[in-house]
Amino acid sequence: MLIKQLSIFLENKSGRLAEALSTLGDEDINIKALTIADTAEFGIVRLIVNDPEKGFNILREKGFSANLVDVISIATPSECGSFAKVLKIFSDESISIEYIYGFSVADKAAIVLRTEDTDKAISAIRKNNMEMLGASEISEL
Amino acid sequence: MIWNKSNECMERERMVSLQGERLRELVDRVYFNVPYYREKMQKRGLGPEDIKNINDLKNLPFTTKDDLRDNYPFGMFAIPTSEIIRVHASSGTTGKPTVVGYTRKDLAIWSEVVARTLTCAGVERNDFIQIAYGYGLFTGGLGLHYGGEKIGAVVIPVSGGNTARQLQIMQDFNSTVLACTPSYALFLSESIEDMKIDRSKIKLRVGVFGAEPWTESIRREIETSLGIKAIDIYGLSEIIGPGVASECLYQKGLHINEDHFIPEIIDPQTLEPLSEGEEGELVFTTVTKEGLPLIRYRTRDLTSLDYGQCECGRTLARMKKCTGRSDDMMIIRGVNIFPSTIESVLLEISETHPHYMIIIDRVNNMDVLQVLVEVDQKFFLDRIGQLESLKHKIKNSLESTLGISVDVKLVEHKTIERSEGKAKRVVDKRKLS
Repeated sequence: MLIKQLSIFLENKSGRLAEALSTLGDEDINIKALTIADTAEFGIVRLIVNDPEKGFNILREKGFSANLVDVISIATPSECGSFAKVLKIFSDESISIEYIYGFSVADKAAIVLRTEDTDKAISAIRKNNMEMLGASEISEL
Repeated sequence: MIWNKSNECMERERMVSLQGERLRELVDRVYFNVPYYREKMQKRGLGPEDIKNINDLKNLPFTTKDDLRDNYPFGMFAIPTSEIIRVHASSGTTGKPTVVGYTRKDLAIWSEVVARTLTCAGVERNDFIQIAYGYGLFTGGLGLHYGGEKIGAVVIPVSGGNTARQLQIMQDFNSTVLACTPSYALFLSESIEDMKIDRSKIKLRVGVFGAEPWTESIRREIETSLGIKAIDIYGLSEIIGPGVASECLYQKGLHINEDHFIPEIIDPQTLEPLSEGEEGELVFTTVTKEGLPLIRYRTRDLTSLDYGQCECGRTLARMKKCTGRSDDMMIIRGVNIFPSTIESVLLEISETHPHYMIIIDRVNNMDVLQVLVEVDQKFFLDRIGQLESLKHKIKNSLESTLGISVDVKLVEHKTIERSEGKAKRVVDKRKLS
């Protein structure tokens, strides 16, 4: 069960992130999680939102370089060491992670990640009885 | 000093008759030896007998860089390659460079005209000439080299680059003449400052600078910072290389060696010849060259001619410092680059839009070429590594085609202005006028 992440390519220019985010806000797109990977010249903004398809279409219309990407989200208890446990499983299974970020709301927490081998990651998750989150569950967080 | 007084100070009447005589011989040679010219002349209903003097020059067809490219590499040579003893090539524009070939006599003419150039700049046999133009297919290095030897000066063939070594040699060998591009001269002058080199150890007194456009203010900067006389020299490989024209110490226009290269100024739109003093495109007919003689070659450089005698005594026609070009060719660090070349490289890379912008700037007196490229939305996934490798792919392709380093910057979709008419693809921030 994969979820859609909204990714936006942005040049490192002041105000550009604000423009992208207010474009989404104006259309009632609610951001659940946000992370930025940056280099000296550009960055990639990665977002988990309540309606990724709509967000994607709005951004494209407004001329942003955006894309939808399949990522895995795993629920973890909001407690010390829970992220580390997940990572240990991936490491034991030799699954390399391209990028990962996490967030927590009240007593719930979630990890979002992208790996080179999604199928292998999913079977590792299942084998270890971890809970994957779907789009609706993410929206409810 | 004047190297060849009889030719450089010839009366106009005699010059015109010499040019006419040489033109007739040239037309004879190309008509019978270069199919390209024979066909072009036949189409105009012209035979060699129709060309009697330089007034008939205007009836002859033009030659362009494209003609040379279409006949790549040796198709325009007027002599079997067994007689050719050297080739040079100018930087590739749409992948293929322009190739020029020299016979033994051509090399002798080349040495002669560069000897005139150097003498014009006040260089003589006791001088030590540090040649910091590139040696190789580019004509700059070897052109100056043979001219320097011809006048009996001490030639130091350092070639381009390696600034620390240039400055070491300049001090140790007591170089008195510097030959390089004007931007490299400025860069050397700054390096002298930065490296805190004792000025008294620099013996330079004159510089012969060319291969790229430069302004009077850059000249003043070079003259003040290096404490030398900065002389503008002009040449292009198609005509012969350096040695086509040079300023004298009065710096009032560049004396064209018109007994070898007949200049004309034309209107680049109508192609009609313009009169003395009118600005237009410079066109040359090489009347003495054997390997690759060219008829009415369009240089695309904009300038005007002055036939008045110079204070130095020379009567050769003088061209003004070039003010620009009639095409979109850019000269970056002495390398000729067309925007279309950059575009064709980008079009081969599927992950980019055909939208790009070329920005040329001069940072620390060195030309910098930056290419902004829009990332195609379809190809934007979300990996940093993917974008970085795309950037390197573009950079490597551009650099291997252009031969100079390029700064590539990936920009967002639609950040480059779309224009209704002809897209503005080039922003030149260098202050050249």
